Amino acid sequence: MPHAFPRAALILLLAAGLPVGVARAQSPPAPQPAEDPQKAQEERLRKLEEEVQALKAAQAAPRAEAPPLGGAGGSAAKALNPDISLNGDFRGSVGRNDVRPVPGLEMHEAELGLQSVIDPYSRGDVFLSFGDGGVSVEEAFVTLTALPGEFVARVGKLRAAFGKVNATHNHALPWTDRPLVTENLVNGEDGISDMGLSVSRILPAPGDLFLEATAQVFRGDSGDLFKSSRKNDLSFVGHLRGYEDLTENTNLELGYSYAQGHNDLGHDFLTKLHGVDVSLRWKPLRRSIYNSLLWRTELVWSRRDQLPVQQRAFGFYSSLEYRLDQRWTLGGRYDWSERAAQSSQLDRGASALLTYWMSEFSQVRGQYRFTRYDGHQDASELRLQLVFVLGAHGAHPF
Amino acid sequence: MKIQWQTRRSLVMALLMAAFAAQPVLADGKLNVVAATTDLGSLVSEVGGDRVSVTAIARGYQDPHFVEAKPSFLLNLRRADLVVVVGLELEIGWLPPLITQSGNPKIQPAAPGYFDASRFAEILEIPTAQVSRAMGDVHPQGNPHYWLDPKNGLRVATGLAQKLTQMSPGNAAYFQQRLEDFRRRLTDAERRWDDAMKPYRGRKVVTYHQSWPNFVKRFGLQVVDYVEPRPGIPPSPAHVVELIALMKRQGVKLILVEPYFDLKTPQSVARETGGQVVVLMPSVGGDKDTGDYIKLFDYDVNLLVRAFQQAK
Repeated sequence: MPHAFPRAALILLLAAGLPVGVARAQSPPAPQPAEDPQKAQEERLRKLEEEVQALKAAQAAPRAEAPPLGGAGGSAAKALNPDISLNGDFRGSVGRNDVRPVPGLEMHEAELGLQSVIDPYSRGDVFLSFGDGGVSVEEAFVTLTALPGEFVARVGKLRAAFGKVNATHNHALPWTDRPLVTENLVNGEDGISDMGLSVSRILPAPGDLFLEATAQVFRGDSGDLFKSSRKNDLSFVGHLRGYEDLTENTNLELGYSYAQGHNDLGHDFLTKLHGVDVSLRWKPLRRSIYNSLLWRTELVWSRRDQLPVQQRAFGFYSSLEYRLDQRWTLGGRYDWSERAAQSSQLDRGASALLTYWMSEFSQVRGQYRFTRYDGHQDASELRLQLVFVLGAHGAHPF
Repeated sequence: MKIQWQTRRSLVMALLMAAFAAQPVLADGKLNVVAATTDLGSLVSEVGGDRVSVTAIARGYQDPHFVEAKPSFLLNLRRADLVVVVGLELEIGWLPPLITQSGNPKIQPAAPGYFDASRFAEILEIPTAQVSRAMGDVHPQGNPHYWLDPKNGLRVATGLAQKLTQMSPGNAAYFQQRLEDFRRRLTDAERRWDDAMKPYRGRKVVTYHQSWPNFVKRFGLQVVDYVEPRPGIPPSPAHVVELIALMKRQGVKLILVEPYFDLKTPQSVARETGGQVVVLMPSVGGDKDTGDYIKLFDYDVNLLVRAFQQAK
């Protein structure tokens, strides 16, 4: 309705003009004859009507010639609402796992995402997770985008920047589960996820090398991994990653992570983690929706203070994903991990995966998973998963 | 304790100084521009000439919907004075996190260094009714492939000239002169393209994706159907059968395909219908002969004319 305002303004002018004209015409001394005020008023009305017609014509002409520019369309009215999305993760399982059983059927998670720019200096991302265990805040943070010195800060509840898997939401994982090393050493599905502050910055580096450092400080509570028994029992996470395009289609990423916090035994007991991650990607630009390859490995070392002796544990996974065509992706993963509180216990496993993409917004995944817990308890399972997204389909971090 | 505190303070100061020392410095006084696509990059170059330094993220032979948000792009974005985006959610799957992570306040959405080119273009297929994903990967704000009408190229270039002038007022006359030169060359080229396409106005074609509404409108072609049953959904056997029947019924001989789509299905449809597949370039740089915005249309129009001649 771009023409509504001038039209309304003219009507207001007309209404306001009448008494002004009358008042002026009545004010002495008036050299004009007695009928002049009426004639002047009529003349004024006539001119205003002409102006209205001229304005109408002027507005009509370019609208007829020029195409509508810009594409805000009907969604403009909702422009200030945040982007709303819901990621569903439905899982089924057959087979046997006596050590860490999962339900036969479960709506594992429905993750509600609310994302929007807050003001010229910040944006907000909130992810609420609805599942069998109730409602929890997966992440809720503000990103400060206008800090000086190329710093980017995040404040709120965050999944920590420890390696690659820890920061990834369930629906974005290429598997139906998380690797054994995550389960054993990095607080399972919830991972290191806590209230705190994160600051990151791209560092100067030679050539085309991308180097980024992230420092995070948290309240100190992450499930069984970190537990804050005093107000100053903070936990810290640091992450350094380097990335380089080897060719237009291939790139290599290396990361080092460190995490430290007080464990569930009390203030004097620390758990320290070191992590190394490596990712090699091949994705030919021209064929990217049909073919890609990702090899990723993460290694984690844990040092946990406990009685009678400190426990040092190690674990890793190595995974491979190959996109066969637009709809099918084949994958595999090998797991090897000691347990944090008793490093003499060793779990090993292997998985084969097949994912079918119905569209960009839904996928079905099957994972055959064999696990040998503590060297002698075997579990053999077929896990199925349906992942779907409603609403805005935001981008995932690289 | 005092020494320790001084040492810590020195360390913090050193870190801050290092951070600020690494602030971008304009090379040769040029504006650093990052364009989401090569088409927009070409339009920036047309107007900005040697007073701007332009980098494009998506390559011309790459599907601009599915670009990987690679960290290496951040190296350019953090030093950008201006980022130019297609908009209409074309880049929604990869650009927003890059901009957020860039640490560059100048290019955040709605900041002075954020230029949404769609605001200056004629946008087609703006939904007037409720849309849903049942329609495929639809764009609720309209079709984002608007640069494939040269009139929109000129409109975007005009908007860019205004933006570059705001950012570098000292070069106003230079940008205006380059814009006028581009307008003249583009107008001449449009006459050439119109003459070449004149015999084929009204011809029916099939396209793979819903990428060409501005192009076909500009050159008077008609799209009767798509290889994809719905945007972003791979062709199903049932749809392919329907498509073959439709093409035979209506005598459609050309299937226009972008270079990043699989040719297998279009070629099998073409074999069944006696038609041919034409791999048109949707973006600058998709082929060595599509080095700039005008050459892109030269390439596509020449290819189409040859195809129509062969399809007689």
